[in-house]
Amino acid sequence: MASVGIHDVRKSFGPVEIIHGVDISIEDGEFVILVGPSGCGKSTLLRMIAGLEKITSGEISIGERVVNQMPPKERDIAMVFQNYALYPHMTVSENMAFSLRLRRTENSIVTERVHIAAEILGLMPLLDRYPRQLSGGQRQRVAMGRAIVRDPQVFLFDEPLSNLDAKLRVQMRTEIKELHQRLRTTTVYVTHDQIEAMTMADKIVVMHDGIVEQIGAPLELYDNPANRFVAGFIGSPAMNFMSGHITGANGSASLRTEGGIDLPLGAGAPAASDGRPAVYGVRPEHFILSDQGAEASVVVVEPTGSEIQVVADMGGDHVVAVFRERHDLKPGQKIHLQPNPELVHLFDSDNGQRL
Amino acid sequence: MLDAAARQNAVAPVSFWTRLNENRNVLGLWFMLPAAAFLLLFLAYPLGLGIWLSLTDARIGRAGEFIGVENFVWLWGDSVFWLSVFNTLLYTIVASVIKFAIGLYLALLLNNNIAFKAFIRAIVLLPFIVPTVLSAIAFWWIFDSQFSIISWALIELGIIEQNIDFLGTPNNARASVIFANIWRGVPFVAITLLAGLQTVPQSLYEAATIDGASKWAMFRHITYPLLTPIIAVVMTFSVLFTFTDFQLIYAMTRGGPVNATHLMATLSYQRAILGGNLGEGAAISTAMIPFLLSAIMFSWFGLQRRKWQQGESDD
Ligand SMILES: Nc1ncnc2c1ncn2[C@@H]1O[C@H](COP(=O)(O)OP(=O)(O)OP(=O)(O)O)[C@@H](O)[C@H]1O
Ligand SMILES: [Mg+2]
Repeated sequence: MASVGIHDVRKSFGPVEIIHGVDISIEDGEFVILVGPSGCGKSTLLRMIAGLEKITSGEISIGERVVNQMPPKERDIAMVFQNYALYPHMTVSENMAFSLRLRRTENSIVTERVHIAAEILGLMPLLDRYPRQLSGGQRQRVAMGRAIVRDPQVFLFDEPLSNLDAKLRVQMRTEIKELHQRLRTTTVYVTHDQIEAMTMADKIVVMHDGIVEQIGAPLELYDNPANRFVAGFIGSPAMNFMSGHITGANGSASLRTEGGIDLPLGAGAPAASDGRPAVYGVRPEHFILSDQGAEASVVVVEPTGSEIQVVADMGGDHVVAVFRERHDLKPGQKIHLQPNPELVHLFDSDNGQRL
Repeated sequence: MLDAAARQNAVAPVSFWTRLNENRNVLGLWFMLPAAAFLLLFLAYPLGLGIWLSLTDARIGRAGEFIGVENFVWLWGDSVFWLSVFNTLLYTIVASVIKFAIGLYLALLLNNNIAFKAFIRAIVLLPFIVPTVLSAIAFWWIFDSQFSIISWALIELGIIEQNIDFLGTPNNARASVIFANIWRGVPFVAITLLAGLQTVPQSLYEAATIDGASKWAMFRHITYPLLTPIIAVVMTFSVLFTFTDFQLIYAMTRGGPVNATHLMATLSYQRAILGGNLGEGAAISTAMIPFLLSAIMFSWFGLQRRKWQQGESDD
């Protein structure tokens, strides 16, 4: 096991810079998730850690060693690919044993390690099958088995669950987390699914267009997003944003939206900022239905069973609110939505930074 | 249960003819009919006719009479025939092996990111595009005893003193026609194998890189096993084409010198058409069938779906 350091790393493909100076430090044994929208450079960064892509500038270290110039096989990492990349002409056990065989490991040791990994992943009955004869989830497990067998310093996962159906994805999520708790191997995991990130990570790195937007523990990102991008990316359904400007002074400040609705700000609102334009952010679950509060009219009601999700028109802005209680709401109905002022967020309307 | 039975009985009785037409198998036969007729007309008939001729003493302009295996008995004692068998086997084996080696090498080379890839691919295809007879004539010049460019170049370089008689001595002639055949055949092998190489997913190589495989190990453990089905197809065709080659030999040497480059195909032509002995020529051609069949059998086993290619249902 080892820590991983990524220091001012840049990557260009030809003249186009894809990754613009990324700094991440990953501690020994940590489960770090790189998350971000499609095309933001997550896979590229992971592949640079693996050594499958050259680093244009900057430094990547694994443990104590700077690995910039080191070929993948000397980096002591294992990678699980999105499409699993299982060798189709090898059985499950041959797939898992391949890396050990290449290193001319003794037969008895190979068998033993393959069996240990297969035991952990429940692959014992499948050892003699070929990849074609496996289901998606089983292939996924073989891919992980191939990584485990090597007992590497770092595991790298590139969207390992995106080819699975929703139910299996939830199950594998738990399995991977369990596996990590058991092996405690440093793990870097790429996904574009923020729920995966929230549920599995010790630490989340939110990326966007080749830069790191914020690094932190899942709940920290949820509670204190550093900017509007992170606020909108983390959490589902996404946070509501309404632009307007701040009115009133300290203590009883509020934000007046473009539609003329007054929304309360908490005690933490920036001082002496009367008239300043800003973006108001409130999570759907931080609304309560009350007699006061901002007036809105119901547009769509979407019950999911455990909660209901209401889309409402609030002075021209569409807002989403989620309630655990079963309110009986009809489209067109007038309601009052009151945000919890202590849990709202305020962002700069120009650069999106948190105020 | 009862319900289903009742429903089945309720179906209106249909005529035998309608039922026949709706039967899957019968319908299948109907659909196969045009293809079958085609095959019979253009493949089976000439083949059958050839075999029949080989059992007669037909000559050009005279329908023959059935003489049993007399032609074959005669050939059995004919040393020229045996020489042509030997030549054909030598030609096929040596040319096929070398074509495979060079073709595979070129395919691997072209599968890498090299400079001027498209251009080099075009060049590799060139020998394939040129009509055989044209390239044979070109080789005829290249290997000419007086004006050979190879001899000329070697003399200029001071390596040899006299022109090499490429097509004049038996072994030189054999080597020359084999060389020409290789030159013509390599593109087919190279391009087909290249197509096969490109179906191997890049991620397998990446996985292998991380697993610690060297370039050689990747070829040995990933490329080669995944390529075997294509190799089987390519080599079957390559062997069949080479074994039955006619144009190249006929244009370059006509089987000479002293029958040293006669293949079964050229000998058959010579005896049947030029010599007028249709029956005997047909017998030589018919004698090729067992060889071709065994080549096909061989590749048929090579082409069997490998265990790893099968899905769950084939278990
Ligand atoms: N080999 C390449 N040549 C040129 N551009 C590339 C190459 N590989 C990736 N890119 C570009 O780099 C950017 C980041 O790609 P990357 O695959 O890292 O995205 P990602 O965050 O993994 O997205 P996804 O979630 O869709 O997998 C993209 O804009 C992509 O077009
Ligand atoms: Mg990706």
